[in-house]
Order: sequence, then C-alpha cells, then structure tokens
Amino acid sequence: MTLREIKELLQAEILTGEELLDIEPTSICGSDLLSDVLAFTKEKSLLLTGLTNSQVIRTAEMSDLIGIVFVRGKRPDNATIELATIKKIPLLTTRLPMFESCGRLYQGGARGCSEVK
Amino acid sequence: MNPHQPHIEIKKEITGGDFSTAGGISSELKNILQQAGLPPQFIRRVVIATYEAEMNVVIHAYRGTFSTSIYPDHVQVVLEDEGPGIPDVDLAFQEGFSTAPAHIREMGFGAGYGLSNMKKCSNQIDIQTQVGKGTKVMMTFWLDPSQVKSSVSV
Repeated sequence: MTLREIKELLQAEILTGEELLDIEPTSICGSDLLSDVLAFTKEKSLLLTGLTNSQVIRTAEMSDLIGIVFVRGKRPDNATIELATIKKIPLLTTRLPMFESCGRLYQGGARGCSEVK
Repeated sequence: MNPHQPHIEIKKEITGGDFSTAGGISSELKNILQQAGLPPQFIRRVVIATYEAEMNVVIHAYRGTFSTSIYPDHVQVVLEDEGPGIPDVDLAFQEGFSTAPAHIREMGFGAGYGLSNMKKCSNQIDIQTQVGKGTKVMMTFWLDPSQVKSSVSV
C-alpha cells in the first residue's frame, strides 16, 4: 500500500511531500511515545501520531521513517512542516482518531512493526 | 591510511533546555555518515543512539559537548555534560525508569527507554557520572560488530 493509497483510506490532507507519496511503507506504527518509536520501529515504516512537535520529525529522521500521519485533525506549526520538507519526510493529517486510522489501514492490508522482518 | 587515526572529527556544543534545535547535531552527523558512504543500517543505529543521548543532555543538563570521531571501521561518540548527574546508573538503564518531568513526557519522551536503547544500538557504552557535576557517555559503534573483541586489545 503506497502513501497515496493511505491518504485516500484516511481521507487525509497532504501538508508536505506530495512528490514522495508513491513510496510504500514496510510497516505502520501508531504511537504518541517517541521513546517507543525510537526503540521499536523498523526502518521505512510510517508513523501515525497525535504529537506535533518538531522532535517527531527528528525521531522520524533518525529512525529512517518514510512519513508521518497526524491523527485527530492535528497539525504541526509551520517550522515543523518546514523541517519535514527539508528532510524529505511527507506529512499527512487526517480527522480520524488513532484507533479508526489504524483500523482502516490494517483492514486495507497494512501490517505492524512486529509483523514484518 | 592509518586505521587508528580518525578520518573526521566533530565537536559541537549542546544547550540544555533548547528544544528548538535539539536533535540538530545527530542530524548533521547522519548527513556526514551518509556522505562517507556508510551502510544505512549502521547509520541508523548510530544516530538513534546519539539522538537519545543528545536529548538526554537537552532534557536533564545545563550544557554539554558532543564529540564524534569517525574511523574507517568504527565511530566513537562522547557526550559530556554539566548537569545533575545520575545517582543510580543501574536503575537508569532499567527499561521504564525515567526522571523526566511532565513537560518532557508531553513531548513524547521520558518513557524510560533512552539508556537501554543507546546500549542496544551501540557496541560499547561507558558512563561516568558524578551527582551535582555531570555525566560523560562514551559510545562505540563498529561497522563489523565481530571486531569488538579485537578492539579491546589495541
């Protein structure tokens, strides 16, 4: 499933990185704990989160994540979006809450970090 | 080429409490390691560990230095801070243990995985700390982890 297909499933809006949406994440992780993201995610994963501070982008950068979806209609500030643009990390925002976002993606065939090698 | 001489040495200052630039040094290090052509998996474990360490200085200390030496077969990182120190290092390594205040937890940190994750990502980690003075964290990352033993005898 590509980021573009994920955008459709979540009825999400693109905040940055439109040109990078044909990438396919190897797995998807939903977390509001950056410590967990740093300790447990696999590279090339997509992160779903309700956090919007700039450290989310730094965490994605260090962990080689391929994109971030902000849930519950959250939206980072312009400086954070700018940082993601520089780091080539696509950002999406969906009005759906975390559980429903994860449910739709799992139903659509996406898998979690513990299910991929 | 002398394998015992670093190819590249970097030394940067970290300011405690400055969350707007936090992570910037690990980001620069990632660029340098990428330009050096090192494997992505290796770079990932180096920068995850240095980012955790850099955040620890920003969260807990007043100021610190971040020094990196890049050798042909390994990377060495030393973070030295002026700060509160760690009263019980064994406890600090326990997963789930954290002394981070509420505003840090709201940012998504402080789950208590920092030090254990640094240990997992590095091949060697040494911590020297003095309560009320500060902490020095030294981490070594080998491109080929089977070289860890031979490095001890050098």
